[in-house]
Amino acid sequence: MKAWKKAASAIGVAAVMTSLFTGCGAGGGSKKAADAKEIVVGAHFELTGNVANYGKSTMSGVQMAIDEANAKGGVLGKKIKMVTGDNKSEPSEAGNTATKLITKDKAVVLIGPATSGCVAASIPIATGNKVPLMAPVATAPNITLQKDGKVQPFVFRACFIDPFQGKIMATFASKTLKVKNIAVFFDSSSDYSKGLAEVFGKTVEGAGGKIVAKEAFLAKDVDFKAALTKLKASNPDALYVPAYYEEVSKIIKQAREVGMNCPILGSDGWDSPKLAEIAGKAALNNTYFCSAYSAQDKDPKIQNFIKAYKAKFNAEPDNFSIHGYDAALVVLEAIKRAGSTDGVKIAEEIAKMKDFPVATGKFTVDPQHNPVSGGIIIELKDGVQTFKEKINL
Amino acid sequence: MNMGSFTQQFLQQIINGLSLGSIYSLIALGYTMIYGIIKLINFAHGDIYMLGAFIGFVATTKFQMSFLPALILAMVGAGLAGIIIERIAYRPMRNAPRIAVLITAIGVSFFLEYTMILIATPQPRTFPAVFSPTVYHFAGLVVNNQQILILVSALLLMAGLTYIVNHTKAGQAMRAVSFDPDAARLMGINIDRIISMTFALGSALAAAAGVLVGIYYNSIDPLMGTMPGLKAFIAAVVGGIGILPGAMMGGLIMGLVEAMVSGFFSSTFRDAAAFAILIIILLYKPSGLLGKNVKEKV
Repeated sequence: MKAWKKAASAIGVAAVMTSLFTGCGAGGGSKKAADAKEIVVGAHFELTGNVANYGKSTMSGVQMAIDEANAKGGVLGKKIKMVTGDNKSEPSEAGNTATKLITKDKAVVLIGPATSGCVAASIPIATGNKVPLMAPVATAPNITLQKDGKVQPFVFRACFIDPFQGKIMATFASKTLKVKNIAVFFDSSSDYSKGLAEVFGKTVEGAGGKIVAKEAFLAKDVDFKAALTKLKASNPDALYVPAYYEEVSKIIKQAREVGMNCPILGSDGWDSPKLAEIAGKAALNNTYFCSAYSAQDKDPKIQNFIKAYKAKFNAEPDNFSIHGYDAALVVLEAIKRAGSTDGVKIAEEIAKMKDFPVATGKFTVDPQHNPVSGGIIIELKDGVQTFKEKINL
Repeated sequence: MNMGSFTQQFLQQIINGLSLGSIYSLIALGYTMIYGIIKLINFAHGDIYMLGAFIGFVATTKFQMSFLPALILAMVGAGLAGIIIERIAYRPMRNAPRIAVLITAIGVSFFLEYTMILIATPQPRTFPAVFSPTVYHFAGLVVNNQQILILVSALLLMAGLTYIVNHTKAGQAMRAVSFDPDAARLMGINIDRIISMTFALGSALAAAAGVLVGIYYNSIDPLMGTMPGLKAFIAAVVGGIGILPGAMMGGLIMGLVEAMVSGFFSSTFRDAAAFAILIIILLYKPSGLLGKNVKEKV
């Protein structure tokens, strides 16, 4: 009896929802005429709430790419119109925002959200409406995959996923630094750190190197000397510490104090001014970390992007804005190649994208819908981040 | 690993363990003194240590003080905080059941942590380098001046405390109150004042540990006291809670065990080892290594 009631109420709710949506559709009749002249791109971002910075930065990049495309006459002879939706940094809001952008604003493609949690919440809506979703900066590996491991047909991303950094750093260690014996010191309380350590180890061993020692610590630890003394005893040529700056800064300081003077390698969690403050500038010499973007990259495409961004927004672009820009470039190109605003065709075109030039390099989509892009190695010299080299896999 | 490098590593881990252990000792002393005198496990003690570190931080950054004045200021400031906390939070509970006071202590701990987060934000602060680290190498061992500073300061403070407790009138009064508060009161000892003094002394030692840790690790944050507080509590229990030399010994044992476990087994077992010691001690010698078996009077 109860189950029957539940089912009935569910049907009732569904009926109300459908009538609401069809209502919207009918109300948008005048809009349909406008659609003929413009293509609506939904910018679905964290514009308020606790990670509003991520969303706003990424959206500035998206905006810039769209404005540039419009200045060149748009796509398929139509102007691109960016409609924004604010998910308030809440995954519970993200679904509603996606629904609004797709059904009310008639977005043919969604760019965003920035954070993986909000992306995950928007996936069912985008997939259900057959609208491609391009996540510019969401790094959680599983968002482009369904529960059974198959790829999400309508979900793509424009940034590298966490484990990818491990590969980049391992390649840098074996090809550029030419080190063979590497010790790994990772945070066993963080999936990010564990994942990177694993991928790094595999890649190093695949390239003929050896992980000579592996030790773990826990986030919030402050004393690492005992473990570092042990790692030092294995005489490594380099030490890999994929973790966040708070612990890393102390690890680097103490590693130098126990007399480990080998290169120390890391991940994008290092990227903070605090690193130099706590570790001290001298200790940071001969350390490298991996990032997706560096303002010092001499690549003319990146320098042009920085110049244009500064002129437009009067602010320094960051990792978020450049990926927002790239994401929008890829989406617009896919619409152009598809020759239509049909979501299924656009998604097919994004999935086929290969060596498409974007600001951070060349954009190629792998079978898991992750970009095969390069990474940047940043060297710390006297506490200052300096561009070392770009690694393409 | 050949024998030579093993001995070398072993000695190096002893050095690492001693500097960590002397920090635990300083904090454990406060636990043990306060327990000795009012039978309270003052769970806010780790946060007094944090408070001391922050006072030292303000003294060195805002007022450009050098090490010694900053250390003294932190000790005095934390000592006052200890007195105030005892006056406001614990004294009204003097005759309440012990569990109520214990819960109050946990409340005070959270109050201190989150007030500090409110004031200072949860971001870690960089402690200024009042001592530029100089590293000494001898016989393949690495010691830096900060480790020596920690060890020497800790030893001096412990010696000072031992002198106060054993050779001054106030210390005699403290021992008397700890032994039997009612009898002490009958002998004309002002118990409240002695308890305040105990809190002040214990807090000052914790603050000293906080400043030393700030200098050693270069970084302090409002939740830095939680884990060292727990470890120091274990140290106090291991040595025999209420017994001063026991706290010193317990702290050093904890530091050495942690260094040895991370050095020769795995650093992930380090905390487990610390708590395993607690369990073993509680099972086989509940009164602690230096504790005497005192029959409870009914």
